[in-house]
Amino acid sequence: MTDAEPLLRVEELRVEFRTEDGVVHAVDGVTYEVHAGRTLGIVGESGSGKTVSSLTTLGLTRAQGAHVSGRIVFEGKDLVTLSDGEMRAIRGNDIAMIFQDPLSSLHPFFKVGAQLIEAVRVHQDVSKAQARARAIELLGLVGIPDPSRRVDEYPHEFSGGMRQRAMIAMALANEPKLLIADEPTTALDVTVQAQILALLERLQRELGMAIVIITHDLGVVAEMADDIAVMYAGRIIESASAELLFAGPEHPYTWGLLNSIPSLSGTRKEQLVPIPGTPPSLINPPSGCHFHPRCPYSQPDHERIDPELQSIPGEPTHHVACLLESEVRRRLWGELHKGRTPEQAISEVGLPAVTP
Amino acid sequence: MSALVEVRDLVKHFPIRRGVIIQRKTGAVQAVDGVSFDVRRGETLGIVGETGCGKSTTARLIMRLLDATSGEIRFEGEDIARLKGARLKALRREMQMIFQDPYSSLNPRKTIGSIIGEPFAIHGLNEGRGERRKAVQELMETVGLNPEHYNRYPHEFSGGQRQRIGVARALALKPKLLIADEPVSALDVSIQAQVLNLLRDLQSEFGLTVVFIAHDLSVVRHMCDRVAVMYLGKIVEIGGGDELYDFPRHPYTGALLSAVPVVDPSRHGEQRRLLSGDVPSPANPPSACRFHTRCPKARPLCSDQEPPLEDKGSGTRAACHYPLTREETAQIGVRSAP
Repeated sequence: MTDAEPLLRVEELRVEFRTEDGVVHAVDGVTYEVHAGRTLGIVGESGSGKTVSSLTTLGLTRAQGAHVSGRIVFEGKDLVTLSDGEMRAIRGNDIAMIFQDPLSSLHPFFKVGAQLIEAVRVHQDVSKAQARARAIELLGLVGIPDPSRRVDEYPHEFSGGMRQRAMIAMALANEPKLLIADEPTTALDVTVQAQILALLERLQRELGMAIVIITHDLGVVAEMADDIAVMYAGRIIESASAELLFAGPEHPYTWGLLNSIPSLSGTRKEQLVPIPGTPPSLINPPSGCHFHPRCPYSQPDHERIDPELQSIPGEPTHHVACLLESEVRRRLWGELHKGRTPEQAISEVGLPAVTP
Repeated sequence: MSALVEVRDLVKHFPIRRGVIIQRKTGAVQAVDGVSFDVRRGETLGIVGETGCGKSTTARLIMRLLDATSGEIRFEGEDIARLKGARLKALRREMQMIFQDPYSSLNPRKTIGSIIGEPFAIHGLNEGRGERRKAVQELMETVGLNPEHYNRYPHEFSGGQRQRIGVARALALKPKLLIADEPVSALDVSIQAQVLNLLRDLQSEFGLTVVFIAHDLSVVRHMCDRVAVMYLGKIVEIGGGDELYDFPRHPYTGALLSAVPVVDPSRHGEQRRLLSGDVPSPANPPSACRFHTRCPKARPLCSDQEPPLEDKGSGTRAACHYPLTREETAQIGVRSAP
């Protein structure tokens, strides 16, 4: 399936915002592909550029005066070059998005049904009655009980989980080929989160759409995604299939993320190894490898050399942007995986320790 | 281990009023409805549950930020639920709270030095200017902040650093009890671990007793000796962390532990039992066992008779007529079981 032409191919995407304090390099040369029927998980912390890259795919950063370069090829068309009008015909139609906060994404003055009917009629030439029937059908599809009554309720009459279902229904109104879900479950409780994730999986099976799920929660991507891209400071620093990435993560930042979350089956004795420091400024990103100031394995020349995202030896689909030797990385992760601290791993593997 | 805090039949109902001038009470949100538990000296007790289950209200009642409708809260043996005036103020030195949102819980117009020093000012401690500054800077060092940043304002700090400021402020008076209400849920993953490690280190250093409230079940397991699970204003299960996570007895605990997404691709696509529907309104909770409307094991008795919180023989106490068996926990895909 991965050999076929991708549904979406983002190439060398750069998004910059000019602000009073300087130019913010929100997305700094990002390349990824999404294939029909598959799920790509984009993982990163706040300010890693994961949301901005997706908003740009939908042309939603244009109004903010973003400076966009690179290509976003969707079904052979470069979305970056489309006019606002052409973009509007695609947005909500072939590509739809669901947002993190369902309360602020629904208009409080209008009935849920009216908002769904609008979403249908923007892209389809149907009568109000037909659109209303479609709205009821959509609410039923996403599992809202008694949809013919609920369609006439206002967003405030819905619970948080139901609002997110209504958002998903709206996104599905025109049977999109690609659904972008930006932190779709972050605002929800765990049992509701499980319901929504199961719903997305079912809809993907039934409708065959591709999904890009953006999240900071490694558990969510582990369960949902076929492929994973890890972002840091506006760049993808590691990408691979979910199996490869969790079986043998290659980038020290990915290791840091994995070792800083407690596991559900771990006991109290489990030691968390946080990543030192804080995420960098996107106005003045660090020189060389953007992660070097926080990386325990950083070498003096990592301050100067900017690593490229390259496939690792023996695994052409697993890409990583790290200056360490592949062999050294594998041995370091082997030590970390046994529960050693970064310092212990360094002394075991014999990397010259660098004091920051 | 003796109990530092004993909570007995604690109830908090928020009245729902209708009318503009003449307000009539038309109902009550039963936020906390008959909760009893102990917090033992030196332990960390976790309280988990979903939005609206009453976990934060319980914390605020213990802190006396809210007044209980009825019930007892005993702190070192003394009932504090109705303390007033100077005695309440004295009590406040013994218990402190860390809040969820590190952005709204710090006054943006005050310097870090005066924010952390405020507890001293309130209680008239370390009166000399130089003396207070020294005490504050020591605290800043303890929580991993640079003491030279004494004169900076909150906006100059990142989320993780702000949460450290909140921790320093809470520790200023050397309290016996620390209540942390979702202390890391607003932080990024890499920063979360820093704050969690800090809290654990400080607990052993200061011998603190901690009540840790969170909705993230993995974080609670990592931090807590014992865990209480709340649903609609009631404790449905309480017990040792390992026992509760390895063998949950209440179907709601089982459902929570089955719902958590885990970083283990080998469990990808594993069968899970999803709870259907939403949490009912706490203004009009279901009769008897409040979970019976969503419970996969509910039988007629469950809507008829409220189950007591009792020992189920596996290390936890659960309020359930038909607790889960080993086979059932495996079936529903409880992701914490060994």
